[in-house]
Amino acid sequence: MPVDVDAAVVTNRRLPGDYNVIAFDAAAIAGSARPGQFVMIKTSRGLDPLLRRPFSIFELLRDRNGVPTGISIFNKQVGAGTSMLAEIEPGARLQILGPLGRPFEPVGPPAAAWMIAGGVGLAPFVTLAEALAARRTRSRLFYGARRAEELHCIELFESLGVEIVLATEDGTRGAHGRITVPLEAALRERPLGEPVKLYVCGPTPMMRACGALSYTHGRACDVSLEQVMGCGLGGCYSCVVPARSRDGGPPHHTRTCIDGPVFDAQRVVWESVSAH
Amino acid sequence: MDLSLRIGHLTLANPLIAASGCFGYGVEYSDVVDLASLGGVAVKGLFLNEREGHAPPRIVETPSGMLNAIGLQGIGVHRFIAERLPELRQRHATVIVNICGTTLDEYVEVARILSDAEGVAALELNISCPNIKEGGITFGCSLPGTHAVVSAVRKVTTLPVIPKLTPNVTDVASFARAAEEAGADAVSLVNTFLAMAIDVHTRRPKLSNIVGGLSGPAIRPIAVRMVYECRRVVKIPIIGMGGIATSDDVLEFMIAGANAVQVGTMNFVDPFIWTKLMDGIRGYMDTHSLTRLQDVVGTVDTTARQTAWISS
Repeated sequence: MPVDVDAAVVTNRRLPGDYNVIAFDAAAIAGSARPGQFVMIKTSRGLDPLLRRPFSIFELLRDRNGVPTGISIFNKQVGAGTSMLAEIEPGARLQILGPLGRPFEPVGPPAAAWMIAGGVGLAPFVTLAEALAARRTRSRLFYGARRAEELHCIELFESLGVEIVLATEDGTRGAHGRITVPLEAALRERPLGEPVKLYVCGPTPMMRACGALSYTHGRACDVSLEQVMGCGLGGCYSCVVPARSRDGGPPHHTRTCIDGPVFDAQRVVWESVSAH
Repeated sequence: MDLSLRIGHLTLANPLIAASGCFGYGVEYSDVVDLASLGGVAVKGLFLNEREGHAPPRIVETPSGMLNAIGLQGIGVHRFIAERLPELRQRHATVIVNICGTTLDEYVEVARILSDAEGVAALELNISCPNIKEGGITFGCSLPGTHAVVSAVRKVTTLPVIPKLTPNVTDVASFARAAEEAGADAVSLVNTFLAMAIDVHTRRPKLSNIVGGLSGPAIRPIAVRMVYECRRVVKIPIIGMGGIATSDDVLEFMIAGANAVQVGTMNFVDPFIWTKLMDGIRGYMDTHSLTRLQDVVGTVDTTARQTAWISS
């Protein structure tokens, strides 16, 4: 059940490439959050910007005894709201509504889990990696960005025992080019008898390509979609994507906020999803 | 304290109604709002059949407001009755069903079906959605059209009939009067203002539908003025709306002439707004020693502020 927390900013860690990680005191949200869920944040106290913005829960913050105390978000400046969040100082308070949305379902052994992240699409995978580690599922992170300085927070995954595969478009770190290149090679190499599930979040063309690769190689694939959202609760119908029903029926405009953000990649009618 | 009001034979416990199109089918909010605590829940507009609505992007933020062009995506009246109404009844919501039509016959058919369903409190007639080409607003933009839809629905239902008026006309008050003459039990106003936003770099409209409806605090003073104008020409209850964000905004609409209000856009911003509005209204009644909230309706004092000193 979502709650609205008047949350204090604990830290705002600025990172290269217009990224930052903001930690909030928000025990009531952290206590019930599941992997891949999101929150709606009011980035200002006033009417500009008016609407809240959706953010994946990046990290679940805990005290020394492991009790959840808050959450962090992985922010990239792209517009007015995210730019305000880039500048925010510790002590400031913002309204945070959550946790929201259909979570990832972490697979268990013997299946392995491969997380494929592009840019700010890294955001939902720390919580998933923790859930996978708790189930002792072998996991791998395929993480792509434009250049080396825009690959962030890899240590969070290393500390959970996640195998890391990197790619940059300018070749400054990891494979040269798109992350789907090493992903495709790994899919080719993997024996069919060894199950693996793909979890994808990133730019729409990347998610579409991963969905196609997973289909070709006969692997399950969930994507976490981001669309412009008005409310996060299913009230406004602005965040829809065309998606087939679970039983394979014809596509309908389906709300990302409550029927997603996690969808089976094969349900999504990719050619009709607005790219951003 | 008495916060109640009557619309036809229906009594609403308080004047706070969730606005159609901004609250899903109500059930989406049952985890965060006690639906029974609201004066009413106006559910998303329903046609006879399911509709997919417009392609995204469907909303865009504007200064103190937003444009939407959802295109009345909906599950149709039959699925609503089968799949959503039972939960609304179980939660004791006062259900106001917003009904749409591309033809007069469709309004009548949808109204007839809902009148036979258990648990519907009132019908709001959507003759004002700016985002669909056929039907709807073409009735709402013509005085004979408004009169025709209201009187046709009036003939087939005993439920309170509440046409929702568009502000995209020269004189909203004349439409309120046409609705009253046709037998409406109340009018609700305003629907959104037809508007447009353009990305200057791509030179493309920000909405896939090119144009959309403006809502939110940006439109509030215009909506208040329109409620004030309607109050002067009709006796039936008025449900006012347009960017209500605080209890003072609720009271502003009521003092202008609204008997009840709807809250839409600001419910997106704060889904917990309802208890805050209610607390604020009670506080106001305390401060002003009011026992009946309806006593503020239409009490705006327009007498001259001071003796005129400019001689003409």
